[in-house]
Amino acid sequence: MSKLVLEGLVKRYGGTAVVKDLDLALHEGEFVSLLGPSGCGKTTTLRMIAGFMDPTEGSIRMNGELLSSASGSTPPEKRGMSMIFQSYAIWPNMTVGENVGFGLAVRRQPKAEVRKRVAEILEIVQLGHLIDRYPAELSGGQQQRVALARAIVVRPQVLLLDEPLSNLDANLREDMRNEIRRLHDEFGMTTVYVTHDQSEAMAISDRIAVINEGRLEQIDSPWALYNRPRTRFVAEFIGRTNLVEGVLQDSHIQCEGFSITADAFEANGKRAGSPVAVSIRPQALQLHAEQPLHDRSATPVVIRRRTYLGEHWDYVVSPLSSSTELRASAPPAAAFEQGGRAWMSMNRDGIAVLP
Amino acid sequence: MPALLTRMPALLVSKRRFHLDLTAVGFLLLIAVLVFLVANPIIRMVVESLTGADGSISLERYAQAFGRSRYVQALWTTLYLGMTATAFSLILALPMAWGVSRTNMPFRGFFNLSVLAAFIMPPFLGAIAWILLAGPNAGWLNRVWMDVFGGESGPFNLFSFWGLAMVIALYAFPLVYIFTKSALDLISTELEDAAFIHGAGRLDTLRRVTLPLVLPAICGAAILVFLESIALYGTPVLIAIPARINVATTQIATFFEFPLRVEVAAAYAMPMLATTVVLLVVQRLLLSRKGYVSVSGKGGERRPLDIGPWKWLLAAYCGLIAAITVVVPLVTLLQTAFSRAWGRGLSLDNLTLDNFKAILFEQATVRDAIINTMVYAGSAAMACVVIGVAVAYVTQRRLLPFPGVIQFLALAPFAVPGIVLAVAFYAAYAGPPFSLYGSGLLIIIAFVTRFLPISATAATAAVRSLNPELEEAVRIIGGSRYTALSRVVVPLLSKTLFGSFILVFIIATRELSTAVFLTGPNSRVMSVLILDLSEQGSYEELAAIGVVMLVVTTAVVALGMKFVGRDFMTRR
Repeated sequence: MSKLVLEGLVKRYGGTAVVKDLDLALHEGEFVSLLGPSGCGKTTTLRMIAGFMDPTEGSIRMNGELLSSASGSTPPEKRGMSMIFQSYAIWPNMTVGENVGFGLAVRRQPKAEVRKRVAEILEIVQLGHLIDRYPAELSGGQQQRVALARAIVVRPQVLLLDEPLSNLDANLREDMRNEIRRLHDEFGMTTVYVTHDQSEAMAISDRIAVINEGRLEQIDSPWALYNRPRTRFVAEFIGRTNLVEGVLQDSHIQCEGFSITADAFEANGKRAGSPVAVSIRPQALQLHAEQPLHDRSATPVVIRRRTYLGEHWDYVVSPLSSSTELRASAPPAAAFEQGGRAWMSMNRDGIAVLP
Repeated sequence: MPALLTRMPALLVSKRRFHLDLTAVGFLLLIAVLVFLVANPIIRMVVESLTGADGSISLERYAQAFGRSRYVQALWTTLYLGMTATAFSLILALPMAWGVSRTNMPFRGFFNLSVLAAFIMPPFLGAIAWILLAGPNAGWLNRVWMDVFGGESGPFNLFSFWGLAMVIALYAFPLVYIFTKSALDLISTELEDAAFIHGAGRLDTLRRVTLPLVLPAICGAAILVFLESIALYGTPVLIAIPARINVATTQIATFFEFPLRVEVAAAYAMPMLATTVVLLVVQRLLLSRKGYVSVSGKGGERRPLDIGPWKWLLAAYCGLIAAITVVVPLVTLLQTAFSRAWGRGLSLDNLTLDNFKAILFEQATVRDAIINTMVYAGSAAMACVVIGVAVAYVTQRRLLPFPGVIQFLALAPFAVPGIVLAVAFYAAYAGPPFSLYGSGLLIIIAFVTRFLPISATAATAAVRSLNPELEEAVRIIGGSRYTALSRVVVPLLSKTLFGSFILVFIIATRELSTAVFLTGPNSRVMSVLILDLSEQGSYEELAAIGVVMLVVTTAVVALGMKFVGRDFMTRR
């Protein structure tokens, strides 16, 4: 049975719908990210799950029990969830220990028990020595750990995170990301994670729900989202891609100046002769100095521009007889001169026909 | 209002399905309190003014209020007085604000402090000091003049229109100073440097860059000073009545003499109320003009402008202001309070503590008034803080429908002059069914209403600066809204709340115009008592009461500065 189920969720302010008919089901212990550009409704969805807002239509259930509907909602404090906020929301008038112990104290746990569990969780997030400090004396990363400890110590049914890393600097961000995932794996909490950063979502999630303009575009594993995007928005929003138009034939897709062989894609139920849009990841394009022996479908191309990025080359190439420009990513060793010729072949992974 | 009230139960019912939020009941109570404190008195006053002698709706009270040329003349006099006092205030405040904020004038810290002292000084105490200083014949300044130049009389006559306007300005100008200095403090030196580099001289820069930038603030402050001047009661009673000048507030007071004509007073108060409302709207528009975004507090260093030898002239001018607003009046009050007879001047055999002994230990009326003042001001300040924070929280967190209405009710008393509020409270609660006349409770609730805008504004700013996520963090982890309020919101706001408690307390201890029609024999406060005693002419005891009042006020201000911050009274 699913742990948390969102069904036909709608949120309207006046006439404008911020969340439109959203369906989502999380399994017990699953880590799901809500990913989308700012203003797409992902935070609104999270706040409805938390109980800070009532949905206009639809429902939210946890363990089969109705939590939210248009006619009323269980208040946040009765949901057994916990949340990590963008600002961390560490109470500045309480010490680290008081912050972390707060949830246990309002649950009327015995004092000794509170002390023990606070000490335990602070050890886990490596803040044991800071138990009597006030938040103003902590660094951003330490505050983040306090927020994590405070949220986890109550063993929540569902852990909610609202862009928790957006206020940290880049190298700390990766550490905290790993920390969050580690704690998730250790405690097995069902987790909903809101972010607008796709690499963050890819790195941390079991599944990612891509949301755009209040609608769920696609929910899938990071690998499937990247390599098998099902909408144009997902293809463009997740990573970089070449979006090309073509016509589906029996054995290939004919694009302007080149073709994609049938074994490189799934037709997605399209009929031969119909126009299709194809997403080709730059990593799916390989450049060769000579025509590859095993791949007769390789296309001769001109190198238009190139950029060296240290970890890889970024090429912009055009098939010989065409003005179509394609981005291709190549290893540092694969150096081609600007204006020179090369042969371009394709990988099956990273090419998707969009519906 | 009716729409508001009918929606309220629906709100409760929809929540009840899962959980009855008890705090919602508390907030319903808040609406009731606001209606009682604000809406009802004002509505009752308007209704009374429109009620004829036979109980029907009629304009006969207005005919009585504006039927005599003497009554109408008082309104015109008030208008001229307000404008004159405002002009004086600008002349006093602007050079000083510029000098302290922008230039290398010496003694800037002292001058700043002297304005704060003038701000704290109750205007009627200043007026009494100035009667002692510049009263015709007997005033100190006149006697010094006669000693030096000879002659039968001195040139100063405080009991005149100009004397009245000047004394009002002496204790109203701090408002202009505070507004202007705050605006000047926000202008970066780079703006002036830019004018210099493009060829403007110092005077040109002041006239064409600096002044236009702070003009909205100056105009806004001028409006406030005008409104305060026309609503003042104590100073006119002390100075205008002997000078045979009739102003609006003293005229309203005559309607409360025998035969009591509250309805006429209500009608007569309407022009004042309307003027205040209109001017406050204008002030708000002026201060919210977006064209002056450069006053933003960002952008580069600020260094004082070197004005060369002019700094000594400016310092002399500011010194003169400090002398006539604070130093000389204070010395005069102290000298009088410790004298057997104030006219005999400074000599050892004139020195005595009898006045303090009399007021503190012998005269029950004075002692009671001091106790009353402390109790009323303390209770009112406490209630203001509680209601203010409730209003701020409810409106900022949108816990009830129509937050705008709640906010409006809490801030509306700001647009009601104190004496008009006194009329309104008399009309609403003096008689049955409440029959509160003469009780301390009536004065406390009138004070609460009068000062609620101060505490509500401060609390609103404070709540707005609190990230709602701090409260949401409490809720999601299992705490109720009440837990969030008591464990997070109130502790975090405690400093601000303490600051507004002290501010309201200080202002309430000297409030006169609201109290004047509402006090009975057993509920007199110090300010009213001082006014009563001034009619008997016992200036020595009067000054002693004033000194007690100033000592208490100064101690409380010092307390506020220590715990809340040096600028807690003048923060904008």
